[in-house]
Amino acid sequence: MSIPLSWFIILATVLFGIGAFGVLIRRNVLIMFMCVELMLNAANLALVGFARELKDVGGEATVFFVLVVAAAEVVVGLGIVVAIFRRRRSAVADELSEMGG
Amino acid sequence: MTNLTMPSISYWALSPILFMLLGGVLLMAVAALSRRALPPVVSTGLTLFAGTGALVFSLIERHHVASSKATTTVAGAIAIDGLSVVIAVTVSCSVLLATCFGHRYLERMHIAGAEYHVLALTSASGAMIMAAANDLVVLFLGLEILSIALYVLVALNRSSAKSEEAALKYFILGGFSSAIFVFGIAFTYGATGSTNLQVIAQSLAASVAAKPGILLVGLALLLVGFCFKVAAVPFHLWTPDVYEGAPTPVTGFMAAVAKTGGFAALIRVLLAGLPTARSTWTPALYAIAIVTLFGGALLMVVQRDVKRMLAYSSINHAGFIFLGILAATSAGVSADLFYLFTYSIAAIGTFGILTMLASENDDDSTIDRYRGLVHNHPVLTGCLAVLVLAQAGVPLTTGFLAKFGVVEAATGTGAIPLAILAMVSAAIAAFAYLRFVLSLYAGTPEEAVSLDLDGATRAPLAGIAVGLTVAVTVFFGIFPATLLDFVRVAADHLLP
Repeated sequence: MSIPLSWFIILATVLFGIGAFGVLIRRNVLIMFMCVELMLNAANLALVGFARELKDVGGEATVFFVLVVAAAEVVVGLGIVVAIFRRRRSAVADELSEMGG
Repeated sequence: MTNLTMPSISYWALSPILFMLLGGVLLMAVAALSRRALPPVVSTGLTLFAGTGALVFSLIERHHVASSKATTTVAGAIAIDGLSVVIAVTVSCSVLLATCFGHRYLERMHIAGAEYHVLALTSASGAMIMAAANDLVVLFLGLEILSIALYVLVALNRSSAKSEEAALKYFILGGFSSAIFVFGIAFTYGATGSTNLQVIAQSLAASVAAKPGILLVGLALLLVGFCFKVAAVPFHLWTPDVYEGAPTPVTGFMAAVAKTGGFAALIRVLLAGLPTARSTWTPALYAIAIVTLFGGALLMVVQRDVKRMLAYSSINHAGFIFLGILAATSAGVSADLFYLFTYSIAAIGTFGILTMLASENDDDSTIDRYRGLVHNHPVLTGCLAVLVLAQAGVPLTTGFLAKFGVVEAATGTGAIPLAILAMVSAAIAAFAYLRFVLSLYAGTPEEAVSLDLDGATRAPLAGIAVGLTVAVTVFFGIFPATLLDFVRVAADHLLP
């Protein structure tokens, strides 16, 4: 007996929701990064789930591209955080309010 | 075990993208291997060479597309058609101009080096890949190549706290929107069984979608991802801060290239991949277009900072470009391509002049700072006025024809209310543009301050670039036939 597609999709959606919610309410930049990663991995899970249902390797191959992109994003993101931390000794988004928004 | 077959790759068709990307890689290698810091002339020269190469090859390619027909390469993942070549031309021009404006600025801010040029070339290749992408995965990769390079470009001015703050905001919201976009790709793939836009279009045309709910979720998430990238209301919140905080030449580059790439991809996904779902996406896009038009125009009026004002102006322009997509006709697409080209030129020119007048640390760009500019810099003020008025849509400039084109395309499909609302928003925005231009000419010569810091306005390369942007804006505003032909042939050769 195999696990039905809907289980994968529901799990992926829940993870995606937790990630999105986290980005919107958490104020520590590093935790916001982690939430973005969670969203990307939820998308990966959905891709694998659909690929298994469709019996098509295209979706599984896409996951590798997403993983590489996520890694590249983290490299740049942490670079920016380190630059900010050196100047202000903090990584809390609310303290970044030099400009209007 | 099956043999792995390599798809046939037409390197000739990819040449504009390869020129950009390999130019960036080569410059990076040269900068890393040279013992002493690379002279700015070398990095600027190499970038101009790569940009010119991409421009020439995309013009030749456009000639081929116009005389034969659209094709795909790399197993259908890359489309070589009118849309991709016209966008390649637009992006190449943007890179050339941004390089000219960056040259003197980088020295002034003490960030001279190859980074700016390498990142600009890389992100430009990302925008060109987005425009050529015929597969959602390739589209995503193009989007990320564009965005990740832009995050670093925004953070480039290390001595400015604003630049870092803008980079972080851009990065968090950009990453958030990318994640939404990937989730949308996953659901679209799940509903249609493919990520290739042609296959998606065929499977949607052949049958009522097997999983309409999943397709709907996928489509909505893709739209949200796109709206973040092109700065449509209500997903525009990052725009003013990022435009204000980014180094000024980067802001101009971002306004042109990110918008061009985002809209090119949106046009292809909606009109080539999901035309059968048109009744689904039209109402959503209609609503977004209206709030984007008015959100941009109304918030523009209350800004005290030029870069923030131009940020809201770019949001208003995004609303106009939606009009062409909503028309979903060949006239709409060619009007959009015309709009993207002329807006790119005018925006880079405007930010380019602001670059030449930038304050010591490039962190003061209030409107009051430019008051009475005409008394010390009459020629530059004239150029700035022309470019700003072009964005406002004043006749005899390309801005007027661009707005006219999309509004005409919208009325052609019966969207009269939308066209009227667009024109009302343009009138509101025109007030803000005019107020800025008038303040440039206000005041007495005695109270005017010279903004020529470190002789920045006597930069020959930037001067030539300003001349070119003004010439293009006025010339094609009076004799638009060549440019209109150029984009029309392209729109006729869009892949189905």
